[in-house]
Amino acid sequence: MSEEINITKHIFVPKHTKLTEEEKEKILEEYNISLSQLPKISKNDPAIKELEVKKGDLIKIERKSPTIGKSIFYRVVVGNA
Amino acid sequence: MIDEGLLKEYKGKVPEPLLNDFRKHATDFNLNKKQQKEVLDKLLERYMTSKIHPGEAIGVITAESFGEPSTQMTLRTFHLAGVAEANVTLGLPRLIEIFDARKEIKTPMMEIHLKSQPKDDRELERLISMIKEIKLSDILSEISVNILHMYIEVKLNKSRLRDLQIKEEEVLKAIQVSMKNIEVSEKDGLLIIKPKLKEITLPAVYAIKEKVKLAHVKGIEGISQVLPVKRKDELILMAAGSSLKKVLEIDAVDETTTISNDIFEMVRVFGIEAARQTIINESSKVLNDQGLEIDARHIMFISDLMTTTGGIKGVTRSGITGEKESVLARASFETPIVHIINASLSGETDYLNSVVENILINQPVPLGTGLPSLVTSMKKEGGKKK
Repeated sequence: MSEEINITKHIFVPKHTKLTEEEKEKILEEYNISLSQLPKISKNDPAIKELEVKKGDLIKIERKSPTIGKSIFYRVVVGNA
Repeated sequence: MIDEGLLKEYKGKVPEPLLNDFRKHATDFNLNKKQQKEVLDKLLERYMTSKIHPGEAIGVITAESFGEPSTQMTLRTFHLAGVAEANVTLGLPRLIEIFDARKEIKTPMMEIHLKSQPKDDRELERLISMIKEIKLSDILSEISVNILHMYIEVKLNKSRLRDLQIKEEEVLKAIQVSMKNIEVSEKDGLLIIKPKLKEITLPAVYAIKEKVKLAHVKGIEGISQVLPVKRKDELILMAAGSSLKKVLEIDAVDETTTISNDIFEMVRVFGIEAARQTIINESSKVLNDQGLEIDARHIMFISDLMTTTGGIKGVTRSGITGEKESVLARASFETPIVHIINASLSGETDYLNSVVENILINQPVPLGTGLPSLVTSMKKEGGKKK
Protein backbone atom coordinates (compact mmCIF):
# COMPACT_ATOMS: atom_id res chain seq x y z
CA MET A 1 0.00 0.00 0.00
CA SER A 2 1.32 3.37 -0.92
CA GLU A 3 1.63 6.29 1.46
CA GLU A 4 -0.74 9.26 1.52
CA ILE A 5 -2.07 9.95 -1.97
CA ASN A 6 -1.20 13.31 -3.47
CA ILE A 7 -4.47 14.45 -4.95
CA THR A 8 -3.26 17.80 -6.22
CA LYS A 9 -1.96 16.12 -9.36
CA HIS A 10 -5.40 14.80 -10.29
CA ILE A 11 -6.77 15.97 -13.63
CA PHE A 12 -9.90 17.31 -11.97
CA VAL A 13 -8.06 19.33 -9.35
CA PRO A 14 -6.99 22.73 -10.69
CA LYS A 15 -4.10 24.65 -9.18
CA HIS A 16 -4.96 26.19 -5.83
CA THR A 17 -2.78 28.95 -4.39
CA LYS A 18 -3.12 30.92 -1.20
CA LEU A 19 -3.03 34.69 -1.68
CA THR A 20 -1.16 37.04 0.63
CA GLU A 21 -3.07 39.71 2.55
CA GLU A 22 -2.01 42.42 0.08
CA GLU A 23 -3.11 40.40 -2.93
CA LYS A 24 -6.37 39.69 -1.19
CA GLU A 25 -7.03 43.38 -0.52
CA LYS A 26 -6.17 44.21 -4.10
CA ILE A 27 -8.73 41.77 -5.45
CA LEU A 28 -11.47 42.90 -3.10
CA GLU A 29 -10.72 46.49 -4.14
CA GLU A 30 -10.69 45.62 -7.83
CA TYR A 31 -14.08 43.94 -7.81
CA ASN A 32 -15.48 46.22 -5.12
CA ILE A 33 -16.82 43.37 -3.02
CA SER A 34 -16.51 42.01 0.47
CA LEU A 35 -15.25 38.56 1.39
CA SER A 36 -18.71 37.27 2.19
CA GLN A 37 -19.80 37.75 -1.41
CA LEU A 38 -17.21 35.35 -2.79
CA PRO A 39 -17.70 31.62 -3.26
CA LYS A 40 -16.44 29.50 -0.41
CA ILE A 41 -14.22 26.54 0.20
CA SER A 42 -14.07 24.46 3.34
CA LYS A 43 -10.81 24.65 5.27
CA ASN A 44 -10.84 20.86 5.34
CA ASP A 45 -11.01 20.62 1.57
CA PRO A 46 -8.51 17.97 0.40
CA ALA A 47 -7.22 20.23 -2.38
CA ILE A 48 -5.94 22.89 0.02
CA LYS A 49 -4.72 20.58 2.75
CA GLU A 50 -1.07 21.45 2.14
CA LEU A 51 -1.51 25.21 1.90
CA GLU A 52 -1.96 25.66 5.66
CA VAL A 53 -4.92 27.94 5.38
CA LYS A 54 -6.97 29.63 8.04
CA LYS A 55 -10.47 31.07 7.98
CA GLY A 56 -10.77 34.15 5.81
CA ASP A 57 -7.88 33.35 3.50
CA LEU A 58 -8.45 33.82 -0.19
CA ILE A 59 -7.64 30.92 -2.50
CA LYS A 60 -6.91 31.54 -6.14
CA ILE A 61 -7.97 28.72 -8.42
CA GLU A 62 -6.71 28.45 -11.98
CA ARG A 63 -9.18 26.37 -13.89
CA LYS A 64 -9.05 25.12 -17.40
CA SER A 65 -12.15 26.27 -19.15
CA PRO A 66 -13.52 24.95 -22.41
CA THR A 67 -14.70 28.43 -23.39
CA ILE A 68 -11.90 30.79 -22.45
CA GLY A 69 -8.88 28.60 -21.94
CA LYS A 70 -7.69 29.52 -18.49
CA SER A 71 -10.08 31.06 -16.02
CA ILE A 72 -9.32 32.38 -12.59
CA PHE A 73 -11.67 31.80 -9.73
CA TYR A 74 -11.51 32.82 -6.11
CA ARG A 75 -12.80 31.08 -3.03
CA VAL A 76 -12.76 32.20 0.58
CA VAL A 77 -11.79 29.69 3.22
CA VAL A 78 -14.61 29.04 5.65
CA GLY A 79 -14.83 26.85 8.72
CA ASN A 80 -17.15 24.19 7.48
CA ALA A 81 -19.24 23.88 4.39
CA MET B 1 3.34 35.02 -41.13
CA ILE B 2 1.66 35.83 -37.89
CA ASP B 3 2.82 38.89 -36.04
CA GLU B 4 3.31 37.55 -32.51
CA GLY B 5 4.00 41.03 -31.17
CA LEU B 6 0.62 42.16 -32.39
CA LEU B 7 -1.03 39.10 -30.93
CA LYS B 8 0.50 39.82 -27.56
CA GLU B 9 -1.41 43.12 -27.34
CA TYR B 10 -4.66 41.20 -27.47
CA LYS B 11 -3.66 38.64 -24.91
CA GLY B 12 -5.77 39.05 -21.80
CA LYS B 13 -8.38 41.00 -23.72
CA VAL B 14 -9.46 38.14 -25.96
CA PRO B 15 -9.54 34.57 -24.61
CA GLU B 16 -6.77 32.21 -25.59
CA PRO B 17 -8.87 29.73 -27.64
CA LEU B 18 -10.10 32.55 -29.88
CA LEU B 19 -6.55 33.71 -30.46
CA ASN B 20 -5.57 30.18 -31.33
CA ASP B 21 -8.38 30.05 -33.85
CA PHE B 22 -7.16 33.29 -35.29
CA ARG B 23 -3.63 31.92 -35.52
CA LYS B 24 -4.88 28.93 -37.45
CA HIS B 25 -7.02 30.82 -39.92
CA ALA B 26 -4.70 33.78 -40.45
CA THR B 27 -2.03 31.48 -41.86
CA ASP B 28 -4.61 29.86 -44.14
CA PHE B 29 -5.55 33.21 -45.65
CA ASN B 30 -2.03 34.59 -45.63
CA LEU B 31 -2.97 37.93 -44.10
CA ASN B 32 -0.49 40.77 -43.91
CA LYS B 33 0.12 42.77 -40.77
CA LYS B 34 -2.47 45.44 -41.44
CA GLN B 35 -5.14 42.90 -42.25
CA GLN B 36 -4.26 40.94 -39.16
CA LYS B 37 -4.75 44.00 -37.00
CA GLU B 38 -8.08 44.66 -38.62
CA VAL B 39 -9.27 41.13 -37.97
CA LEU B 40 -8.09 41.22 -34.37
CA ASP B 41 -9.83 44.53 -33.75
CA LYS B 42 -13.02 43.10 -35.17
CA LEU B 43 -12.55 40.01 -33.03
CA LEU B 44 -12.11 42.11 -29.89
CA GLU B 45 -15.19 44.14 -30.73
CA ARG B 46 -17.26 41.03 -31.31
CA TYR B 47 -16.00 39.50 -28.10
CA MET B 48 -16.82 42.56 -26.05
CA THR B 49 -20.35 42.81 -27.43
CA SER B 50 -21.04 39.13 -26.84
CA LYS B 51 -20.18 39.35 -23.15
CA ILE B 52 -23.06 39.05 -20.72
CA HIS B 53 -24.28 42.47 -19.64
CA PRO B 54 -24.77 43.41 -16.02
CA GLY B 55 -28.35 42.76 -15.03
CA GLU B 56 -28.90 40.00 -17.53
CA ALA B 57 -31.13 37.24 -16.14
CA ILE B 58 -28.72 34.38 -16.77
CA GLY B 59 -30.43 32.10 -14.30
CA VAL B 60 -33.65 32.12 -16.25
CA ILE B 61 -31.81 31.66 -19.53
CA THR B 62 -29.99 28.66 -18.08
CA ALA B 63 -33.23 27.20 -16.77
CA GLU B 64 -34.85 27.56 -20.16
CA SER B 65 -31.87 26.14 -21.97
CA PHE B 66 -32.01 23.06 -19.77
CA GLY B 67 -35.76 22.79 -19.63
CA GLU B 68 -36.53 22.67 -23.31
CA PRO B 69 -34.17 19.88 -24.39
CA SER B 70 -34.72 17.79 -21.28
CA THR B 71 -38.45 17.76 -21.99
CA GLN B 72 -37.58 16.36 -25.39
CA MET B 73 -35.38 13.81 -23.71
CA THR B 74 -38.20 12.47 -21.55
CA LEU B 75 -40.33 11.97 -24.62
CA ARG B 76 -37.63 10.11 -26.44
CA THR B 77 -36.29 7.97 -23.60
CA PHE B 78 -38.54 4.97 -24.12
CA HIS B 79 -37.52 4.53 -27.71
CA LEU B 80 -33.96 3.98 -26.64
CA ALA B 81 -34.69 1.48 -23.89
CA GLY B 82 -32.86 -1.80 -23.83
CA VAL B 83 -29.41 -0.71 -24.86
CA ALA B 84 -26.82 -3.21 -23.66
CA GLU B 85 -23.63 -2.50 -21.70
CA ALA B 86 -23.48 -2.32 -17.94
CA ASN B 87 -26.58 -1.12 -16.18
CA VAL B 88 -26.20 2.61 -15.66
CA THR B 89 -28.71 5.29 -14.79
CA LEU B 90 -29.12 7.44 -17.86
CA GLY B 91 -31.26 10.20 -19.21
CA LEU B 92 -33.54 12.34 -17.14
CA PRO B 93 -33.34 10.24 -13.95
CA ARG B 94 -29.58 10.64 -13.93
CA LEU B 95 -29.83 14.37 -14.67
CA ILE B 96 -32.23 14.80 -11.77
CA GLU B 97 -29.88 12.80 -9.59
CA ILE B 98 -26.99 15.10 -10.44
CA PHE B 99 -28.77 18.42 -10.05
CA ASP B 100 -30.66 17.41 -6.94
CA ALA B 101 -27.31 16.34 -5.49
CA ARG B 102 -28.63 13.02 -4.24
CA LYS B 103 -26.39 11.51 -1.61
CA GLU B 104 -27.14 7.96 -2.67
CA ILE B 105 -27.01 7.57 -6.39
CA LYS B 106 -28.56 4.59 -8.08
CA THR B 107 -25.55 3.33 -9.97
CA PRO B 108 -22.26 4.52 -8.52
CA MET B 109 -19.41 3.80 -10.89
CA MET B 110 -15.70 4.27 -10.93
CA GLU B 111 -13.49 4.70 -13.93
CA ILE B 112 -10.21 3.19 -12.88
CA HIS B 113 -7.19 4.08 -14.95
CA LEU B 114 -3.99 2.12 -14.62
CA LYS B 115 -0.44 3.41 -14.38
CA SER B 116 0.73 0.94 -16.97
CA GLN B 117 -1.16 -1.41 -19.24
CA PRO B 118 -1.35 -4.98 -17.91
CA LYS B 119 0.98 -7.28 -19.84
CA ASP B 120 -1.31 -10.27 -20.02
CA ASP B 121 -4.70 -11.55 -18.97
CA ARG B 122 -3.39 -13.02 -15.74
CA GLU B 123 -2.10 -9.71 -14.53
CA LEU B 124 -5.42 -8.11 -15.43
CA GLU B 125 -7.32 -10.80 -13.59
CA ARG B 126 -5.14 -10.39 -10.54
CA LEU B 127 -5.89 -6.66 -10.55
CA ILE B 128 -9.59 -7.19 -10.92
CA SER B 129 -9.59 -9.65 -8.05
CA MET B 130 -7.95 -6.98 -5.88
CA ILE B 131 -10.76 -4.56 -6.60
CA LYS B 132 -13.87 -6.67 -6.92
CA GLU B 133 -15.46 -7.64 -3.66
CA ILE B 134 -15.48 -11.35 -2.96
CA LYS B 135 -17.87 -12.58 -0.35
CA LEU B 136 -17.86 -15.97 1.29
CA SER B 137 -20.87 -16.97 -0.78
CA ASP B 138 -18.79 -16.51 -3.94
CA ILE B 139 -16.22 -19.10 -2.94
CA LEU B 140 -18.12 -21.85 -1.22
CA SER B 141 -19.40 -25.03 -2.64
CA GLU B 142 -21.48 -26.03 0.36
CA ILE B 143 -22.75 -24.51 3.55
CA SER B 144 -24.90 -26.38 5.98
CA VAL B 145 -26.00 -26.42 9.59
CA ASN B 146 -25.04 -29.40 11.64
CA ILE B 147 -28.06 -29.80 13.88
CA LEU B 148 -26.46 -32.39 16.10
CA HIS B 149 -23.58 -30.20 17.19
CA MET B 150 -25.28 -26.90 16.51
CA TYR B 151 -22.63 -25.45 14.26
CA ILE B 152 -22.18 -24.43 10.66
CA GLU B 153 -20.07 -26.39 8.23
CA VAL B 154 -18.56 -24.61 5.27
CA LYS B 155 -16.99 -26.40 2.34
CA LEU B 156 -14.91 -24.13 0.17
CA ASN B 157 -14.60 -24.34 -3.56
CA LYS B 158 -10.91 -25.23 -3.86
CA SER B 159 -10.44 -24.54 -7.56
CA ARG B 160 -12.14 -21.19 -7.24
CA LEU B 161 -9.83 -20.32 -4.38
CA ARG B 162 -6.84 -21.17 -6.50
CA ASP B 163 -8.09 -19.01 -9.35
CA LEU B 164 -8.56 -16.06 -7.08
CA GLN B 165 -5.31 -16.71 -5.22
CA ILE B 166 -6.89 -16.84 -1.82
CA LYS B 167 -5.50 -19.03 0.91
CA GLU B 168 -7.81 -20.94 3.21
CA GLU B 169 -6.32 -19.29 6.28
CA GLU B 170 -7.29 -15.92 4.85
CA VAL B 171 -10.86 -17.05 4.52
CA LEU B 172 -10.84 -18.35 8.05
CA LYS B 173 -9.55 -15.03 9.32
CA ALA B 174 -12.02 -13.05 7.24
CA ILE B 175 -14.97 -14.94 8.66
CA GLN B 176 -13.69 -14.53 12.20
CA VAL B 177 -13.39 -10.77 11.78
CA SER B 178 -16.72 -10.38 10.04
CA MET B 179 -18.84 -11.28 13.05
CA LYS B 180 -18.74 -11.22 16.79
CA ASN B 181 -19.84 -14.20 18.83
CA ILE B 182 -18.46 -16.87 16.56
CA GLU B 183 -15.51 -19.17 16.65
CA VAL B 184 -14.01 -20.47 13.44
CA SER B 185 -11.85 -23.56 13.17
CA GLU B 186 -10.83 -26.08 10.57
CA LYS B 187 -11.53 -29.80 10.58
CA ASP B 188 -11.08 -32.36 7.82
CA GLY B 189 -11.08 -29.75 5.08
CA LEU B 190 -14.20 -28.15 6.42
CA LEU B 191 -14.52 -24.83 8.12
CA ILE B 192 -16.49 -25.08 11.33
CA ILE B 193 -18.26 -22.01 12.61
CA LYS B 194 -19.38 -22.30 16.21
CA PRO B 195 -21.68 -19.69 17.66
CA LYS B 196 -20.58 -18.32 21.00
CA LEU B 197 -23.95 -17.59 22.53
CA LYS B 198 -25.24 -18.30 26.00
CA GLU B 199 -28.12 -20.20 24.58
CA ILE B 200 -27.76 -21.73 21.18
CA THR B 201 -31.05 -22.10 19.37
CA LEU B 202 -31.59 -23.37 15.87
CA PRO B 203 -33.02 -20.11 14.47
CA ALA B 204 -30.01 -18.25 15.85
CA VAL B 205 -27.64 -20.62 14.08
CA TYR B 206 -29.55 -20.21 10.82
CA ALA B 207 -29.40 -16.44 11.18
CA ILE B 208 -25.64 -16.64 11.63
CA LYS B 209 -25.37 -18.87 8.58
CA GLU B 210 -27.09 -16.26 6.43
CA LYS B 211 -24.92 -13.50 7.81
CA VAL B 212 -21.71 -15.41 7.41
CA LYS B 213 -22.41 -15.91 3.72
CA LEU B 214 -22.00 -12.18 3.24
CA ALA B 215 -18.64 -12.05 5.01
CA HIS B 216 -16.14 -9.93 3.14
CA VAL B 217 -13.19 -12.02 2.07
CA LYS B 218 -11.19 -10.07 -0.46
CA GLY B 219 -11.30 -6.96 -2.60
CA ILE B 220 -12.99 -3.68 -1.85
CA GLU B 221 -16.31 -3.57 -0.10
CA GLY B 222 -19.20 -2.38 -2.23
CA ILE B 223 -17.65 -3.12 -5.62
CA SER B 224 -19.93 -5.69 -7.14
CA GLN B 225 -18.47 -5.83 -10.62
CA VAL B 226 -15.35 -4.83 -12.49
CA LEU B 227 -15.26 -4.73 -16.27
CA PRO B 228 -12.22 -4.06 -18.41
CA VAL B 229 -13.08 -1.63 -21.18
CA LYS B 230 -10.93 -0.54 -24.08
CA ARG B 231 -11.09 3.18 -24.67
CA LYS B 232 -8.95 4.40 -27.53
CA ASP B 233 -5.65 2.68 -26.81
CA GLU B 234 -6.07 2.51 -23.10
CA LEU B 235 -7.50 -0.29 -21.07
CA ILE B 236 -9.56 1.00 -18.20
CA LEU B 237 -11.56 -0.75 -15.54
CA MET B 238 -15.17 0.22 -15.00
CA ALA B 239 -16.24 -0.69 -11.50
CA ALA B 240 -19.82 -0.83 -10.30
CA GLY B 241 -19.80 0.71 -6.86
CA SER B 242 -17.70 3.54 -5.57
CA SER B 243 -14.92 3.49 -3.04
CA LEU B 244 -12.28 5.87 -4.36
CA LYS B 245 -10.09 6.02 -1.28
CA LYS B 246 -9.47 2.30 -1.24
CA VAL B 247 -8.99 2.01 -4.97
CA LEU B 248 -6.42 4.79 -4.97
CA GLU B 249 -4.42 2.89 -2.37
CA ILE B 250 -3.71 0.14 -4.88
CA ASP B 251 -0.30 0.76 -6.37
CA ALA B 252 -1.15 -0.06 -9.97
CA VAL B 253 -4.00 2.45 -10.05
CA ASP B 254 -3.26 5.84 -11.56
CA GLU B 255 -4.35 8.30 -8.90
CA THR B 256 -4.25 11.27 -11.26
CA THR B 257 -6.97 10.13 -13.66
CA THR B 258 -9.16 7.69 -11.75
CA ILE B 259 -12.61 9.15 -11.16
CA SER B 260 -15.99 8.31 -9.71
CA ASN B 261 -19.43 9.40 -10.82
CA ASP B 262 -20.47 9.95 -7.23
CA ILE B 263 -20.19 13.69 -6.66
CA PHE B 264 -20.04 13.43 -2.89
CA GLU B 265 -17.28 10.87 -3.09
CA MET B 266 -15.34 13.26 -5.29
CA VAL B 267 -15.69 16.11 -2.76
CA ARG B 268 -14.49 13.90 0.03
CA VAL B 269 -11.44 12.68 -1.83
CA PHE B 270 -10.50 15.45 -4.25
CA GLY B 271 -12.21 18.57 -2.97
CA ILE B 272 -14.84 20.97 -4.15
CA GLU B 273 -13.24 21.94 -7.45
CA ALA B 274 -13.04 18.33 -8.56
CA ALA B 275 -16.68 17.92 -7.60
CA ARG B 276 -17.58 20.90 -9.76
CA GLN B 277 -15.77 19.30 -12.66
CA THR B 278 -17.59 16.03 -11.99
CA ILE B 279 -20.97 17.75 -12.10
CA ILE B 280 -20.02 19.33 -15.42
CA ASN B 281 -18.69 16.12 -16.91
CA GLU B 282 -21.46 13.87 -15.68
CA SER B 283 -24.25 16.14 -16.84
CA SER B 284 -22.69 16.81 -20.23
CA LYS B 285 -22.19 13.07 -20.62
CA VAL B 286 -25.90 12.47 -20.12
CA LEU B 287 -26.83 15.26 -22.50
CA ASN B 288 -24.37 14.15 -25.17
CA ASP B 289 -25.59 10.56 -24.96
CA GLN B 290 -29.06 11.78 -25.72
CA GLY B 291 -27.84 13.94 -28.55
CA LEU B 292 -28.76 17.19 -26.87
CA GLU B 293 -26.66 20.28 -27.17
CA ILE B 294 -26.63 22.64 -24.26
CA ASP B 295 -23.97 25.32 -24.15
CA ALA B 296 -21.13 24.49 -21.76
CA ARG B 297 -21.60 27.88 -20.10
CA HIS B 298 -25.02 26.93 -18.77
CA ILE B 299 -23.70 23.72 -17.31
CA MET B 300 -20.73 25.52 -15.77
CA PHE B 301 -23.03 28.12 -14.30
CA ILE B 302 -25.18 25.55 -12.53
CA SER B 303 -22.11 23.70 -11.29
CA ASP B 304 -20.65 26.92 -9.93
CA LEU B 305 -23.89 27.68 -8.18
CA MET B 306 -24.11 24.22 -6.67
CA THR B 307 -20.60 24.49 -5.25
CA THR B 308 -20.43 28.12 -4.06
CA THR B 309 -20.89 27.21 -0.41
CA GLY B 310 -17.87 24.93 -0.46
CA GLY B 311 -20.10 21.89 -0.18
CA ILE B 312 -22.59 20.51 -2.64
CA LYS B 313 -26.05 21.99 -2.75
CA GLY B 314 -28.67 20.57 -5.02
CA VAL B 315 -31.26 22.56 -6.91
CA THR B 316 -33.95 21.70 -4.38
CA ARG B 317 -35.78 23.40 -1.56
CA SER B 318 -33.17 22.18 0.91
CA GLY B 319 -30.32 23.17 -1.43
CA ILE B 320 -29.71 26.39 -3.31
CA THR B 321 -33.34 27.44 -3.46
CA GLY B 322 -33.62 27.02 0.30
CA GLU B 323 -30.68 29.36 0.79
CA LYS B 324 -32.45 32.27 -0.86
CA GLU B 325 -32.70 35.28 1.35
CA SER B 326 -36.25 36.17 0.44
CA VAL B 327 -39.19 34.39 2.06
CA LEU B 328 -41.44 34.96 -0.91
CA ALA B 329 -38.87 33.58 -3.34
CA ARG B 330 -38.52 30.41 -1.32
CA ALA B 331 -42.28 30.09 -0.94
CA SER B 332 -42.79 30.37 -4.68
CA PHE B 333 -40.60 27.32 -5.35
CA GLU B 334 -41.94 24.45 -3.25
CA THR B 335 -44.05 24.03 -0.10
CA PRO B 336 -45.18 27.69 0.12
CA ILE B 337 -47.23 27.37 3.26
CA VAL B 338 -44.41 25.88 5.32
CA HIS B 339 -42.12 28.73 4.36
CA ILE B 340 -44.63 31.45 5.06
CA ILE B 341 -45.66 29.99 8.41
CA ASN B 342 -42.05 29.60 9.54
CA ALA B 343 -41.21 33.11 8.39
CA SER B 344 -44.10 34.64 10.26
CA LEU B 345 -43.26 32.65 13.39
CA SER B 346 -39.72 34.02 13.45
CA GLY B 347 -40.66 37.47 12.18
CA GLU B 348 -38.54 37.41 9.03
CA THR B 349 -38.18 40.48 6.83
CA ASP B 350 -38.27 40.36 3.06
CA TYR B 351 -36.06 43.07 1.60
CA LEU B 352 -37.42 42.57 -1.92
CA ASN B 353 -33.93 42.58 -3.38
CA SER B 354 -34.45 40.00 -6.03
CA VAL B 355 -36.70 39.01 -8.90
CA VAL B 356 -39.35 36.56 -7.77
CA GLU B 357 -40.59 38.47 -4.75
CA ASN B 358 -40.94 41.66 -6.79
CA ILE B 359 -42.99 39.91 -9.42
CA LEU B 360 -45.22 38.52 -6.69
CA ILE B 361 -46.06 41.97 -5.35
CA ASN B 362 -46.22 43.59 -8.78
CA GLN B 363 -43.16 45.79 -8.70
CA PRO B 364 -40.40 46.39 -11.27
CA VAL B 365 -37.73 43.71 -10.96
CA PRO B 366 -34.05 44.55 -10.50
CA LEU B 367 -33.00 43.25 -13.88
CA GLY B 368 -31.60 44.98 -16.92
CA THR B 369 -32.71 48.60 -16.75
CA GLY B 370 -34.34 47.99 -13.39
CA LEU B 371 -30.99 47.25 -11.78
CA PRO B 372 -28.93 50.48 -11.72
CA SER B 373 -30.16 51.79 -8.40
CA LEU B 374 -28.30 48.88 -6.83
CA VAL B 375 -25.12 49.39 -8.81
CA THR B 376 -24.68 53.07 -7.96
CA SER B 377 -24.67 52.62 -4.19
CA MET B 378 -22.13 55.25 -3.02
CA LYS B 379 -20.85 53.80 0.22
CA LYS B 380 -18.63 50.80 0.63
CA GLU B 381 -19.06 48.40 3.49
CA GLY B 382 -17.78 49.98 6.71
CA GLY B 383 -18.71 53.47 5.62
CA LYS B 384 -15.53 54.14 3.65
CA LYS B 385 -16.16 56.63 0.82
CA LYS B 386 -15.31 55.33 -2.56
